[in-house]
Amino acid sequence: MTMNREFLINSILAIALIAVPLIALGMDEPFIITLATKVAIFAMAGVGLNLVLGYGGLVSFGHAAFFGIGGYAAGILASHALNYEPIMESPFLIEGTTQMIVIWIVALIVSALVALVIGAITLRTSGVYFIMITLAFAQMIYYFAISWPAYGGEDGLSIYVRNGFPGINTLDPISFFALCAVMLAIAMVFSAVLIRSRFGLALQGARQNPQRMTAVGIAPFRIRLVAFVISAMITALAGALYADLNRFVSPTMLSWHMSGEIMVFVILGGVGRLFGPLAGAALYIILEHLLGGVWEFWQLPLGVLLLLVVLFARGGLVGVLAGERKHV
Amino acid sequence: MSDAILSLSDVTKQFGSLLASDSVTLDLRPGEIHALIGPNGAGKSTLIKQIAGEIKSDRGDIHFNGQNINALDAVARSRMGLARTFQVSSLMPEFSVLQNVMLARQSVSGKVFRFFKPVLGDKSLVDPTMAQLERVGLADRAQMRAADISHGERRQLEMAVALALEPKAFLLDEPMAGMGPEGSKRLTGFLDGLRGQAPILLVEHDMDAVFALADRISVLVYGRIIATGTVDEIRGNDDVKRAYLGEEA
Repeated sequence: MTMNREFLINSILAIALIAVPLIALGMDEPFIITLATKVAIFAMAGVGLNLVLGYGGLVSFGHAAFFGIGGYAAGILASHALNYEPIMESPFLIEGTTQMIVIWIVALIVSALVALVIGAITLRTSGVYFIMITLAFAQMIYYFAISWPAYGGEDGLSIYVRNGFPGINTLDPISFFALCAVMLAIAMVFSAVLIRSRFGLALQGARQNPQRMTAVGIAPFRIRLVAFVISAMITALAGALYADLNRFVSPTMLSWHMSGEIMVFVILGGVGRLFGPLAGAALYIILEHLLGGVWEFWQLPLGVLLLLVVLFARGGLVGVLAGERKHV
Repeated sequence: MSDAILSLSDVTKQFGSLLASDSVTLDLRPGEIHALIGPNGAGKSTLIKQIAGEIKSDRGDIHFNGQNINALDAVARSRMGLARTFQVSSLMPEFSVLQNVMLARQSVSGKVFRFFKPVLGDKSLVDPTMAQLERVGLADRAQMRAADISHGERRQLEMAVALALEPKAFLLDEPMAGMGPEGSKRLTGFLDGLRGQAPILLVEHDMDAVFALADRISVLVYGRIIATGTVDEIRGNDDVKRAYLGEEA
């Protein structure tokens, strides 16, 4: 029973994500906790991308745009609050904030609006054109951030004190990890529910056979656009958390390397598998820190691994361990 | 116009120098099976695509259910009740048989943007879908992937999806293609019972099936309808014999 095996693999991944930082806490290794937090955040960015890439079959090479928008939402709002400068005074007063919940809502709204515009244009294309146009939009936002001196331009923007969440000391590594892990869990549950719904059925149908979708009277475009927007919002939320993790946001978060990295998490872990992004992000961070410490060219074996996955194991790490699915 | 459900007048499509359909005038009346036959390359599939809205006609009018549908795209035409099947099965290979048909059901229900309720737990979709599968004899295949069932079963699934759309007219593009004699016979019987539900425009190469089923036959050669009539009229038509039937005999 492959379904049961996948459930087992997923359980192990989830337990490992929680156990590792707890053990690190006991051993007084805060750096490990930070790494686990990074895994949770990257996994969440991947969960967002997986919705369009895995379930929708849309290879977005521009998700750094949304990751960065989330990051800048945190950075900009916090910097205004910390400097006691309102964002605007007329016609009405808008002030900055250091409350994560407000930051997240802003990140969700802004990323949704940007995704709506980008999606409405890019989803009229397909294949290589879709990849290139999503990349182009992300690059436009990247260069905009670089040349916008108000928020640090190329140098980025520091968040001196990590933003707050009611009832939690967010500066405590394990507490911040817990917050990120809960957010990841919510994103994954949401994603799991979504792909089993009517909408999810239509989204996966549009990936497999747009001609058939049209023939049953469902326009793939609208389905894809909604998925693209939801996907962007999840990735933006991860971006907001990432800015808070580093207490720093810079155009790097918007760069095409970042888009590629998020894509690597998904492909490495398993395209269209619920726990794929978590497996991929964990493997990526582990490789980065085991090999990266001893060898400057650690990305070489990563590249080889990616190549092997693409050539021989389309289901990624989860696919290799849990076997192929019976049906969607 | 008559009381036809679907009517084409002067429908024309040119690809380069090739006239794929040349001033085609044709109608489909309530309760009938209207077969469209013709040699390979006559433009039958192109005509189906034009009616379904997948290819835009250069000229001519298509009326469906009393409305001119020239400006409507394929999605809108399907939603109006025009259900087509494909010559080469066009299904969702990774979906189960059940999911393939459910997609059509949820389209008909008009509620596609539902984000939370699990679709496989939705009785208002599953129950009618299972009934549909029962009807085409695929109920015991419901949980198998469409990619894993036999060719003949995929043809049945194509029909089940079309049925699930509860259409006002069927456009069937060679439903018997690749089926054995046994399967063809079964499908012939099935289609015979279907005409009471909605009229069928049937493109088919299997002449036994055509002669058994058709109330009227139109013969398409090089994009032109050279004759329309009952089975006997078409059998006796010299032009048809020369252009088409003669070559086969």
